[in-house]
Amino acid sequence: MLSAGHSTKRCDPVPVTGKIHSFESFGTLDGPGIRFVVFLQGCPLRCKFCHNPDTWDPAGGMEKSVEEVVAMISSCRSFLRNGGVTLSGGEPLLQAAFSRALLEACSAAGFHTALDTAGSLPLEVSRPVIEKADMLLLDIKSLDNELCKALTGAENKHTLSTLDFCERSGKKVWLRHVLVPEWTLDRTHLSRLAEFLASYTCIERVELLPYHKMGSLKWAALGLQDPLETLPLPPPAETAEIRALFKEKLPGKTVV
Amino acid sequence: MFKSGLWTNEVNVRDFIQLNYTPYDGDGSFLASPTGRTLKLWEKLSDRMKIERERQGVYDIDEKTISTITSHAAGYIDRDLEQIVGLQTDEPLKRAIMPFGGIRLIHTELEAYGRQMDPVVEHVFKYRKTHNDGVFDVYTDEMKQARHAGIITGLPDSYGRGRIIGDYRRVALYGVDFLIEQKKNAKKHILADVMYSYVIRRREEVAEQIKALNELKEMASSYGFDISRPAQDTREAIQWLYFGYLAAVKEQNGAAMSIGRISTFLDIYAEKDLREGRYTEEQIQEFVDHFIMKLRIVRFLRTPAYDELFSGDPTWITESLGGVSVDGRHMVTKMSYRFLHTLINLGPAPEPNLTVLWSRLLPENFKRFCAEISVKTSSIQYENDDLMRVKFGDDYGIACCVSAMKIGKQMQFFGACCNLAKALLFAINGGKDVKGSNEQIGPAIRVLTDREYLDYDEVMRNFEQITDWLAKLYINTLNVIHYMHDKYCYERIEMALHDESIVRTMAGGIAGLSVLADSLSAIKYAKVKPVLNEDGLACDFITEGDFPKFGNNDDRVDQIAVDIVKKFQTKLSHHYAYRKSRPTMSILTITSNVMYGKKTASTPDGRKGGEPFAPGANPMHGRDVNGAVASLSSVAKLPYDYAEDGISCTFSILPDTLGRTEEDKLSNLVALLDGYFEKKAHHLNVNVLAREMLLDAMEHPEKYPQLTIRVSGYAVNFIKLTKEQQMDVISRTFHEKM
Repeated sequence: MLSAGHSTKRCDPVPVTGKIHSFESFGTLDGPGIRFVVFLQGCPLRCKFCHNPDTWDPAGGMEKSVEEVVAMISSCRSFLRNGGVTLSGGEPLLQAAFSRALLEACSAAGFHTALDTAGSLPLEVSRPVIEKADMLLLDIKSLDNELCKALTGAENKHTLSTLDFCERSGKKVWLRHVLVPEWTLDRTHLSRLAEFLASYTCIERVELLPYHKMGSLKWAALGLQDPLETLPLPPPAETAEIRALFKEKLPGKTVV
Repeated sequence: MFKSGLWTNEVNVRDFIQLNYTPYDGDGSFLASPTGRTLKLWEKLSDRMKIERERQGVYDIDEKTISTITSHAAGYIDRDLEQIVGLQTDEPLKRAIMPFGGIRLIHTELEAYGRQMDPVVEHVFKYRKTHNDGVFDVYTDEMKQARHAGIITGLPDSYGRGRIIGDYRRVALYGVDFLIEQKKNAKKHILADVMYSYVIRRREEVAEQIKALNELKEMASSYGFDISRPAQDTREAIQWLYFGYLAAVKEQNGAAMSIGRISTFLDIYAEKDLREGRYTEEQIQEFVDHFIMKLRIVRFLRTPAYDELFSGDPTWITESLGGVSVDGRHMVTKMSYRFLHTLINLGPAPEPNLTVLWSRLLPENFKRFCAEISVKTSSIQYENDDLMRVKFGDDYGIACCVSAMKIGKQMQFFGACCNLAKALLFAINGGKDVKGSNEQIGPAIRVLTDREYLDYDEVMRNFEQITDWLAKLYINTLNVIHYMHDKYCYERIEMALHDESIVRTMAGGIAGLSVLADSLSAIKYAKVKPVLNEDGLACDFITEGDFPKFGNNDDRVDQIAVDIVKKFQTKLSHHYAYRKSRPTMSILTITSNVMYGKKTASTPDGRKGGEPFAPGANPMHGRDVNGAVASLSSVAKLPYDYAEDGISCTFSILPDTLGRTEEDKLSNLVALLDGYFEKKAHHLNVNVLAREMLLDAMEHPEKYPQLTIRVSGYAVNFIKLTKEQQMDVISRTFHEKM
């Protein structure tokens, strides 16, 4: 395995080490096919429904070089033929230079690449990263800016400009939206979102992700109060209804 | 008419298959649903199996009749409904006694189920010696001690060794008379200038084989069939073949009674019948369903101790499906689909042990179909045909779980397991067993507990010495066992369905590989402080610092595991094995990982004394933190060339973790299998199950009569496992993502 030191000898101007939270070598939910998912450490958002609050702190994580990570991924190549690599987080855009270098190296190694992001950074930061990915998994938390702020601590303007950029540059997008009871299940809002998405030809698939409780132990482990502790799960029937609504409004796109 | 060839004048089933089979590239849409008769028959059996469960797992026992091929009168489930007939005894699920492996065992078995030994049977065995008696007459003290300490364990010294696959297809293709003729001719040529013991033995064995073939005919005729001639159509082919198999399970209570590779063979008859309008698809599926039902009710009488080793009443009626011919044509036929489809028509079941021989050359439709059946039933296992075809050609089958052998041309002497994790503790403690009052079991080498921290090189040197001793003792012990098994409990009918000149392997095995690899990694990369008992032996360990763990695709530890495998196989191969058999090795624990763990004190990897090992070649649960692909990549590094008897790995995943849509789930599972086997991995059990369901099944077994789960190399009815094993299965790595 190549060390970080090796790459500095090559006088590479790009900082090639990054902070990584963890790896999932059998990612089946983050892009097409089997994905080697690299979860990057650090996130600017504080989503109330976050299931990985342990990825927030940018100071945490393990330090790895691009070469080390690519070597790990390459040794799993036979599994990834119909899939590829997904950078997720945290927010991978927070380590833009590393993410860009990693995506570039993965592409050079012959892997399909996806960037799983909430588009929460300005385009001048995110654009060079997005350009290197074959596709985006873009998470719109809420189309309603006030609601978005309340739910995540940040506005949605960067997310929306990210989507626009993808549309302009023809970057394939799988759009994601989390269904959180009491927050994002409002039918008017959802209708408006579906109608809004319909005009984007870059969006191939929309994934409606029902809120789940699997992250609640992590909140406790970090000594944090889970703000949605008492929130119920979305009833499956309601999720199915919402999917039907999106299917109707988004002909030609896959809705799951 | 079938295309003629070599097979026409000599016993050569492979030639018949290769000349006549029709590869099928389509999907499963041609398959037929169960007929009314099938549903009625299955309901009858299900009711009876319910009673069986209520009676502590044993429906009834015929304790008066020593089971032979012809010992019992014809038995039926329902004569009017059954399209394929034949039972082990006169009633379904009634278990027979097969005392030639050991009469003492019959005592234990009967006692366990509240029965008495029949005085007549007991009387017979005053004059008739058994396999078990023979073994214990010859065992050395050292062998007995090693066995007692559980460093060599699960040995077939008191139960039938199994792992022999008769070529049951020969009965259908040739009829029994032709086979008898062949055997008679063969016997004429087993001659020598001097009648050495091995010549005498071979002549006697062939004589026994001929008698067994005659008994087979007699048994079939009690059901009204004349199987002296070849089978004429699909129904006869299945019936003839099944009679051959039935004779084997009437005569032998073998630990694994695989059926071979029969589906593509049978498809040749089915294609002909469909072409000639003799039978419809519905009728053919009905024959298959009824045949599979028969295999689902094969029963042996076994002891609670046996159950602890091999849990859930398994019979390992392993059938190998698919694979690729040496000429490059895949061997998937419609019959491969029909066999798998029984899991839908009759619901999931552990038996027969349906095994897909996976290859990158299998048609995509079939791969997807298999994935779908796995997701729905968790009842099938996968083995790498691209790896095995090189060694075994295209007419091999799987004995038990993972042991490949050429059908009718090869057999193995089953050797259960050496506990290598325990061997490490012997290496540290100078051959003494801390789990057994510090008794000296192995060679008295230096005790390594005089340092504060264990030294890797010192431990490795001692480990070499211990495993040198162990390999020799192990092979010698197996030599005793198999000599006696041949002598007192010979598999007459199974060997009658073999060539006269066969390849034999001595199949050793190792348990605790991941515990051992992680322990050595801890000693090498972290600091391991032994905790001493009153005799100054390490009874526990304090491990300071982190270390690489097997199952994370990390070469630092994976290479340790690879080296262990290579070295131990090499050591085994240095010793003479009975009947000039070739020593091989498996990494397979079956369900005995729980029992082996119980017999092993705390290990340096942090596993506490008594805790289960991971099954087979699996990484220890919870230590593989980079996901399933990394975990399977570690296992894939284990070299099949040095573990030719098979490398078992079990993969369990929650349904929702396999993919977001049903479509995604199937394609991801196919990609996982393709990726794993491309890396030269050998075997994978696939479970797609929700943990909550397993917990519920523990509480309410009556709701889950057919819940099937794959464990190391076979499948079981989950509710038939002991509580302890159920908990082990549940706590084991279920790959899931947060």
